[in-house]
Amino acid sequence: MLPLEGITVLEFAQFMAGPSAGLKFADLGARVIKIERPKTGEAGRQIALKNIFIDESSMVFHTANRNKESYAANLKDPQDLERVKQLIARADVMTHNFRPGVMEKIGLDYNTVQAINPGIIYGVVSGYGPIGPWAKKPGQDLLIQSLSGFVNLSGNKEDEPTASGLATSDIFTGVHLVQGILAALIERNHTGKGAKIEVSLLETTLDLQFELLTTYLNDGNLLPERTKQGHAHAYMEAPYGIYKTKDGYLAIALTPLDTLVKAMGLTLPDLFLDQNTWFSKRDDIMAFLSDYLVKETTQHWLDVFEPLDFRVSDVYDYKTLLNHEGYHALKMDQDVVTSDGISMKTTRCPIRIDGKRIFNKKSAPKVGENTAAINKEFNLGDS
Amino acid sequence: MKKPLEGILVIDFSQYLSGASASLRLADLGARVIKIEKPITGDNCRALYCSNVVMNGESSLFHAVNRNKESYVADMKNQVDREKVYQLIKKADILMHNFRPGVAEKLGIEYPQIQAINPEIIYGDITGYGKEGIWKDKPGLDLMIQSISGITQLNGNDGAGPVPIGLAVIDMLSGAHLAQGLLACLYRKQIKGIGGTVEVSMLASALEYQFESITCFFRDGGQPTIRPKSNSAHAYLGAPYGVYATKNGAIALAMGSIPFIGELIECTALANYPEAESWFTKRDEIKQILAEHLKTKDTKDWLAVLELADIWCAEVMDWKTLFDTEAFKVLEMVQEVNRSSGYTYKTTRCPIQINGAWLTSQTGSPLLGEHTEKISNEFSLN
Repeated sequence: MLPLEGITVLEFAQFMAGPSAGLKFADLGARVIKIERPKTGEAGRQIALKNIFIDESSMVFHTANRNKESYAANLKDPQDLERVKQLIARADVMTHNFRPGVMEKIGLDYNTVQAINPGIIYGVVSGYGPIGPWAKKPGQDLLIQSLSGFVNLSGNKEDEPTASGLATSDIFTGVHLVQGILAALIERNHTGKGAKIEVSLLETTLDLQFELLTTYLNDGNLLPERTKQGHAHAYMEAPYGIYKTKDGYLAIALTPLDTLVKAMGLTLPDLFLDQNTWFSKRDDIMAFLSDYLVKETTQHWLDVFEPLDFRVSDVYDYKTLLNHEGYHALKMDQDVVTSDGISMKTTRCPIRIDGKRIFNKKSAPKVGENTAAINKEFNLGDS
Repeated sequence: MKKPLEGILVIDFSQYLSGASASLRLADLGARVIKIEKPITGDNCRALYCSNVVMNGESSLFHAVNRNKESYVADMKNQVDREKVYQLIKKADILMHNFRPGVAEKLGIEYPQIQAINPEIIYGDITGYGKEGIWKDKPGLDLMIQSISGITQLNGNDGAGPVPIGLAVIDMLSGAHLAQGLLACLYRKQIKGIGGTVEVSMLASALEYQFESITCFFRDGGQPTIRPKSNSAHAYLGAPYGVYATKNGAIALAMGSIPFIGELIECTALANYPEAESWFTKRDEIKQILAEHLKTKDTKDWLAVLELADIWCAEVMDWKTLFDTEAFKVLEMVQEVNRSSGYTYKTTRCPIQINGAWLTSQTGSPLLGEHTEKISNEFSLN
C-alpha cells in the first residue's frame, strides 16, 4: 500500500517546481488533479527541450506531470470558480506558484480557502519569498542559480560563471515543498488543522549551498575560488576533481593525496608533504597528478585504484550509462502511455517503499481530460 | 512556534552528508534527532575539513549538517552497547543510516532485526547504487555518482570535458528523497498503524534529477548530449538561455524571443532569427552575437531595458553582493547557533516556511557523546 493513498492534491502550480512536487505526491500514492485553464492549460505545456512534443504538450510537461489528472476551469468564471471551491472543500492539499496578489484577486488566497476547508494544506512556491523588494519579480531557475552565487561554484577558474545544466533550483524547491506539506499532513493528524507552507527558489538554492555558506560565514567571508583544471568543489583539497586520461576521464573524490600518489607508484614531492598544502596548493598538485594520469587509460587507473577501495570513478555519458548492466540493475525506467496510446519512456520515482519500486503507466493528462468524470464524481454539475 | 514533527524520535546512524542532511530537515521540522556515533572519532564528517577551516575542533561541514541534533556514543560491535541502543530504538519512530549494503547487518541494525524490536518503526537507508547489481559494493560518493550518471555532461560549454556541479548535489538530493519517503510513511503510520521501509540510492536520485534530459535521450533515439559552444546553461535549450559577460559583470538570460530581445538591446543582427525553431538549431551563432553585444554595456543598463519588458533576466552575483541586497536581508536566511561548549557559529536556516513563520533553532551541533549520559538516564538504558 502506497503511503499517501487517500490524499487528494489540487495542483494550480505551473512549470517545474510545483509540478515536480505534485509528481512525487502522485508517485507516493496521492491523487493529483491539475487545475488548468481551458484549452491551453498550464504554461509548462509549451516549454520544450530540443523542441520535442509528445502530443500538443511538450515532452518536458509529460515528464513532470505523468500520473496526474486534469480538470479545466476558468477561475475568472464564477460558476467554474464555485466548482473549484467545492473540490477544495474535499481536498487535502493544494499548491500554486502564482505571484503575490494573484490568488487574492481570484479569491483563492489562503484565508478564503481556509474558511472553505480548515484542514487543507496550502502550498505556495515563489521566486524570492513572500516579502521584500523582489517578491513580485519573476522567479526562474537559471536566474536564481545566477543571483544566488550558485553559478560561481562550477566550472574552472577562467570559465564564465557556470550554471548546472538542469533545473536544479526548481527540483530542490519542489522537494522542499513536499517535505513541508508532508510534515503539515502529519501534524494535521493530531490537530485536525491545516497549514500554509511556503518555499521559494532563492531560499532553496541558498539551502542547497548550506555547507559552503557555513564555511564562508565562519571563514572571514572568503569567496569560493574554482581550481584551474578539473574543478569539482570550491572548498575541497586535492586530489578532488576530474582528470584527463589517455582515452577519457577519471573522477577522484575523497582520497588522501599521499595514499593516491603512493598507489600511482610516485613519491609525493616535498613541496606537498604538509597536508595544509593539499588545499592551498591544490592547483599545483592537480597539475602534478594530471601529468601522470594522462599517460594511461581510465581502465588502467581503475584497475590500480578500485582494489584499494579508492573513491574513483569513470565518467559516463548517457549512452554508456543507460546501456550499462549497473544501470539495468536499478530498473529505473518505465513506459507511460497517453490516452491516445502514445508511449513514452521516462524515469520512475527514486524512492522504494516497503522494498518495492514504484511504477505507474499513467501518462500526463490532456487539458481537461478528467473534467467530466470529476464533475460527476463530486456532483459538481456540467462545466 | 510549535513545529509539525514535535514528539517524533529519529535514531540516525548516518555519516557524512546524504543521510545526515535528511535528519537535519526532520530536526528543522521539529523531530528529535539522536545521532548514534562510534567512540573516539564519531561521524567521519567531523574530520572532513573544507578549505582548511577548523571550527571549534571540527569541520564546517559537520557543523552545517548536524546542528540541532544530539549525540549518543555507542560501539555497535560491543554487545552491551548494542543492547542499550536497541532499548532506545524501541522508543523510536524512525531509524536511518547510509551504510553500504551488508554493513548494517554486521552492526545488528538490518531491518528484520530492527522490526523484531519495534514492528511499527520506519526504517530508511541510502546506498550509492542500490542493493543489487554489479555496483552495489562500490563506494558511493557524490562526485563519483555525478560522474557516472551523466550529470557532468550537462554543465559547461561544448569541448570543456566533464564539468561536475561544484557541491554535493546528489548527497543532498538523495537525502531529500529519503526525508520525503520517511515523512510519507510517518503519515501512513499514523493513519494505519504500520511501519515500513524507505530505500533511496544516490544513483536513482541522480537519474530522477535528470528526468527531463534522460527522457529526452530516450525520445530522440539516443542522440549524444551536445552543449552549446559558448554561454551554456542547458544542453537541451535554445538561445538565449545562458550567462553572458557584460562590461562590468555578468547577466543571465533565460527564455525569450530572440528578435524581441534584439529590439530591446538594439542588436540588429538578432532580427535575422524570426523562427522560434532557429533559436535552438542556430543557438551557437545567436549566442555568439549576444555575447559580443552584451559586453558593450554595464549589467544594470541591460537589466533596466529587459526587466521593463518582462524578459527573464538577472544579475549574476557572488555571495557578498547578494548578502548586501535588501531582498536577501529580509529573508533572514542566516542564523546563529550555539554549541554547549560556548562556541557560536553562523549557518543557514531551513528553507521551509510554515504559517508565515520560519523554522529556526539556536541549537548548534553536538560534541561527540555530549548526550550519552542524559539519554541513558532519560530512557533508562542499562
